Amino acid sequence: MTTKIVIGLDGTATGERAIAFAKDLAERIGTCELLVAYVIEWSPYTFQTPEENAARHKRREEEIELATTRVVSPAVDALKAAGFNATGIVRHGDVAETLNSVTVENGGAQIVVGRSSADGLKKRIFGSATQNLVMHADVPVTVVN
Amino acid sequence: MKSLSKLGLAGTAAALLANPVAAQEAPGLDEKINQAFADLTGPFVSFIFAPLPGTSFPWIVMWLVIAASVFTLYFAFVQMRFFSHAISLVKGDYSDPNDAGEVSHFQALATALSGTVGLGNIAGVAVAVGIGGPGATFWMILAGLLGMASKFTECTLGVKYRNEYEDGTVSGGPMYYMSKGFSELGLPGGKILAVLFSIFCILGALGGGNMFQANQAHQQIAGIVGDFPGWITGLVFAVVVFMVIVGGLKSIARVTEKVVPFMGILYVLAALVIIIMNADMIGWAFGQIFAGAFTGLGVAGGMVGALIQGFKRAAFSNEAGVGSAAIAHSAVRTKEPITEGFVSLLEPFIDTVVICTMTALVIIITQQLIIDPDTGNYMLNEAGSAIATVDGNSGVSLTSAAFGSAFSWFPYVLAIAVILFAFSTMISWSYYGLKAWTYLFGEGHTKELVFKIIFCIFVVIGAAANLGPVIDFSDAAIFAMAVVNVFALYFLMKVVRQELASYSERLKSGEIRKFGH
Repeated sequence: MTTKIVIGLDGTATGERAIAFAKDLAERIGTCELLVAYVIEWSPYTFQTPEENAARHKRREEEIELATTRVVSPAVDALKAAGFNATGIVRHGDVAETLNSVTVENGGAQIVVGRSSADGLKKRIFGSATQNLVMHADVPVTVVN
Repeated sequence: MKSLSKLGLAGTAAALLANPVAAQEAPGLDEKINQAFADLTGPFVSFIFAPLPGTSFPWIVMWLVIAASVFTLYFAFVQMRFFSHAISLVKGDYSDPNDAGEVSHFQALATALSGTVGLGNIAGVAVAVGIGGPGATFWMILAGLLGMASKFTECTLGVKYRNEYEDGTVSGGPMYYMSKGFSELGLPGGKILAVLFSIFCILGALGGGNMFQANQAHQQIAGIVGDFPGWITGLVFAVVVFMVIVGGLKSIARVTEKVVPFMGILYVLAALVIIIMNADMIGWAFGQIFAGAFTGLGVAGGMVGALIQGFKRAAFSNEAGVGSAAIAHSAVRTKEPITEGFVSLLEPFIDTVVICTMTALVIIITQQLIIDPDTGNYMLNEAGSAIATVDGNSGVSLTSAAFGSAFSWFPYVLAIAVILFAFSTMISWSYYGLKAWTYLFGEGHTKELVFKIIFCIFVVIGAAANLGPVIDFSDAAIFAMAVVNVFALYFLMKVVRQELASYSERLKSGEIRKFGH
């Protein structure tokens, strides 16, 4: 049976370490599928101007395009080149919540993420995305330092 | 909606807008321009705000109330049947996670609300209660409840017939459902209605949605820091508006869009605290509202006076039937246009039924309106035109005094709120006007830039000049939008009924279901 590992990327160097760890893990497990996920932080409860609303669909497409070409596709291509079975996905939403739901939807067995790079006050009040993921995920989570 | 003049706020507006001393000192060019403009636009203004024969009830208000009643009956009280469903939609219960990142129902509702909640809720209600007595609140709530059906109708059509362009942007609103909807039904005249609506929308955006707001904001600032030339306020506002709508500086808009809801919530909370602090008076206040609704309690114009004022303020506060909300709501990307209609029906509820009622309750409970101890009826002022108030306040100052009687610092918060509401209204109406402009002249960077620059120039003019006649005309233009819009809605409402029947059936069968989040 194939084990699916979800790798959560945030476009920083910690993501690279998460990929390296997932590769190592996949090699040890054997039959493994890697799903590279990038979540664009977004909330349906923000306030926007009418003009922003009208251009929102266009902006969303641009954001997905950017995340795909800059982060997800290069990672998937590198994994494939290294002989792994890899696919990619880009979603909008709350990072922790969305990463978990993507994993559940795709039958992922575990999530590998880099240590979060959220900073300052926001992190102190709300906790980082990584902390939230560890607290609320439905599958085991590995946080790579 | 924040327009005041000609709507029973004549006294307040005149005091705010006109500067009799300056007028006497400088009877030159300004006065001549004002006079010429008044002569030119007078008949149109008089026509729009003309009272029904033998009454002081403006026919335009009756036009909106009848429309709201017709839609309420035609859609079998949709505002009640789908109220909880609307809340579920706003909460995102029915949103597909794969569509995350698109404009959410909540965002569309919040954007539309920021264009309607404002001076109408603060000053307009004070005038309604000040002239029509507590009973006006009853009629205001009733009109707000009926207006929910008008919003539902226009916003459903706004999404259904909007234009989606190849670059992913959208344009929607009454002008699109008039032209596309009429041609789909094989009806003539859709294009003419759309052009008429667009012209009124541009004029309304430049006037009530811009000049009047700038003028009110300046009055509030001058009230805090002392009198100074209006063009200074106008210039500052124009620069900020320019940076947002031309320069694309989103940070200011983002701050405003966050602060405005916060102000709205703070306002309602303060009202709630005052009401709770006077919990023993709540029963009495509602007693006054119900008794006043049917007996008048000695207010100017009696029961009919209360009814007129209540209906007027509700209609002019929540804009139901005017068509502006249909432009704001059409940005939502949904497979079911009717879902946006459901969400939009919450707008008059929040604006009128909740916020306006809060204002009215605070004014009544803090006993700003003077009661004759002998008769138990309200005492009229010397002119007999309104109820006598503590310190003779009316309009914004009446609301301010009512809140200030509980929290001495609140009038300052209120002044800041009015300024911010004015700014957010300008941003909203700049978009409504732009959409009408691009409908008439076509999409394109230069064409849009021309409108945006004109809009900014009008900010300065609005804050600087004595613009009584211009603002009368602008208000008339906004309500002329309602004449054209409601007329079109009567022809197109059967399209909405088909959508409603189909959606209801699929909701009942479970085909449309909640997503597990």
